[in-house]
Amino acid sequence: MTSETWSRFARHRQAALGLILLAVLTLSALLAPALAPYDPDVQADIVSTRYQPPSLSHPMGTDRFGRDVFSRVLYGARISLSIGLLAVLIAITVGTAIGAVAGFFGGRLDAVLMRGVDLLLSFPRLVLLVVLVALFQPSIALVTLVLGLTGWMGVSRIVRGQVLSVREMEYVTAARVLGFGRSRILLRHILPNVLTPVIVAATLGIGNTILAEAALSFLGLGVQPPTASWGNMVASGRDAMLEAWWITTFPGLAIVFTVMAFNLVGDGLRDALDPRRVA
Amino acid sequence: MIRYTARRLLEAVPILLGIVTLTVLLLHLAPGDPATAYFNPNVSPEIIERMRENLGLNLPLHEQYLRWLRSFFTGDFGYSFGQHRPVAQVIADALPNTLVLSAVSLLLIFVLGCAVGALQAVRQYSALDIATTFVSLFIYSMPGFWLGLMLILLFSSPALPEVLRLPISGVTSIDYEFMAPAQRLLDRARHLVLPSFALGIASAAGVSRYMRGAMLEVLSQDYIRTARAKGLPETAVILRHALRNALIPIVSLLGLYLPLLFGGSIVIEVVFSWPGMGRALYNAILARDYPVVMACTFLFGVLVVFANLVADLLYAVVDPRIRTD
Repeated sequence: MTSETWSRFARHRQAALGLILLAVLTLSALLAPALAPYDPDVQADIVSTRYQPPSLSHPMGTDRFGRDVFSRVLYGARISLSIGLLAVLIAITVGTAIGAVAGFFGGRLDAVLMRGVDLLLSFPRLVLLVVLVALFQPSIALVTLVLGLTGWMGVSRIVRGQVLSVREMEYVTAARVLGFGRSRILLRHILPNVLTPVIVAATLGIGNTILAEAALSFLGLGVQPPTASWGNMVASGRDAMLEAWWITTFPGLAIVFTVMAFNLVGDGLRDALDPRRVA
Repeated sequence: MIRYTARRLLEAVPILLGIVTLTVLLLHLAPGDPATAYFNPNVSPEIIERMRENLGLNLPLHEQYLRWLRSFFTGDFGYSFGQHRPVAQVIADALPNTLVLSAVSLLLIFVLGCAVGALQAVRQYSALDIATTFVSLFIYSMPGFWLGLMLILLFSSPALPEVLRLPISGVTSIDYEFMAPAQRLLDRARHLVLPSFALGIASAAGVSRYMRGAMLEVLSQDYIRTARAKGLPETAVILRHALRNALIPIVSLLGLYLPLLFGGSIVIEVVFSWPGMGRALYNAILARDYPVVMACTFLFGVLVVFANLVADLLYAVVDPRIRTD
């Protein structure tokens, strides 16, 4: 990022708000063991502590097993954020590799790869996720992998488009004239120059991935209880929703603010990296 | 236009073949044999053989492939062991419900999204623009299932006056049979309100963001200045000159939002007990009813390809330049 880009980003009010939100979220996820007033999984005396409304001792109330919802939301942040980050890392790695190969080598390989992308995009992502997870046994590792492997198609299209334009640049011709090999030109000269839109796509992608993970966990096909994830917490409060609204409401709000934070930062990055766009 | 339509139809064929390939592949990805993997070991080999037959797993790979291709044209997707009836019947019951829900959501997405986006662009940087931009960003970040639950909480609340309460599950009320035709229509419409809102509102927020950009782009064009210069009233400039042109690129968003809509229908149909394809797929997954799972997956793919085709053709209708290239 150049200093000009950076100052555009810093002046972007929405992005600043997003960054603050993200900082708070990341810190509370990292410091969850210190911040959480209770053990997220421990069940106290169920009869006397279950379904307590929000109070000073339980800021977000307690759930069906008398567990502290606030502590579980904090620990849920660790799960949601790490699955989101890891899955997007997988997605941008696969997407960049496939997009770069398609754009750089062109021809029949490009056609085959891009038709494959079209094909994968013609399944609704959630349908693909639900079926893939259900064929195996749901686990955190599987959910992360499957989220990554269903999220790279957009990135590969972006990278391919960028590579197509960058490979015609004079400095690439210069590198070719100097006798560098194709892999060196691709890795050292082209890829570093196409990564900025990938960063934007990745930031916006984390929000979408967290939403998808929450939906999977809500359906019981993602993170399995008793491990706290925001999606399965919402699901667990569903039966008693009319009597204990807090169990479903707070983890849902955590999802909304997290996804919004990534979207705000992503929008800000996009505006800052593209001077023609006016926010 | 006919030539363009024919070309797009032809281009859909390889994608359709690809969907068949992927469906067969998915079935084979499962570790072990889906017909036996979660099955009681005491079941006789004959029954297991019948299940394999039902899924086409006894056939060589190329014949399985042909079988799926055939079932696309005949509508024969085998027998559902979970529901003890042909898969085609399961689909025939579920598909119309999903199509109705999606159509109403789609209407909401585009009407609301375009109206809000256009309004924001016309009043750029006003308090209204800033406030709605922020609200739409909030809505855009909401998980559909959670919004659905919050709506249920709100609209079934005893604090709400009886007239404002809305049905929170199913397609019709229990006393539907005894209603007059007009009442029936109203009953169905009332049942659609919450699920279609929960399904579509996030995408409506997305569309409004695109629409705001498209409208701002159009408003800065020379022909808008010309229209104003020749003394047209501002409403005519906005509605007839700007809005119509800004709507053109929005049509292409249809192909982007339909897969999202169909995917979202799984979660929304589960939350609102809406007996559609999404819930059929989900229940089949829980019951390990693979013929239904595969038929639903396949049909969701086909629906998206079909929707993309319609979106492309619509785009060619509103923007004649597309047809010639």
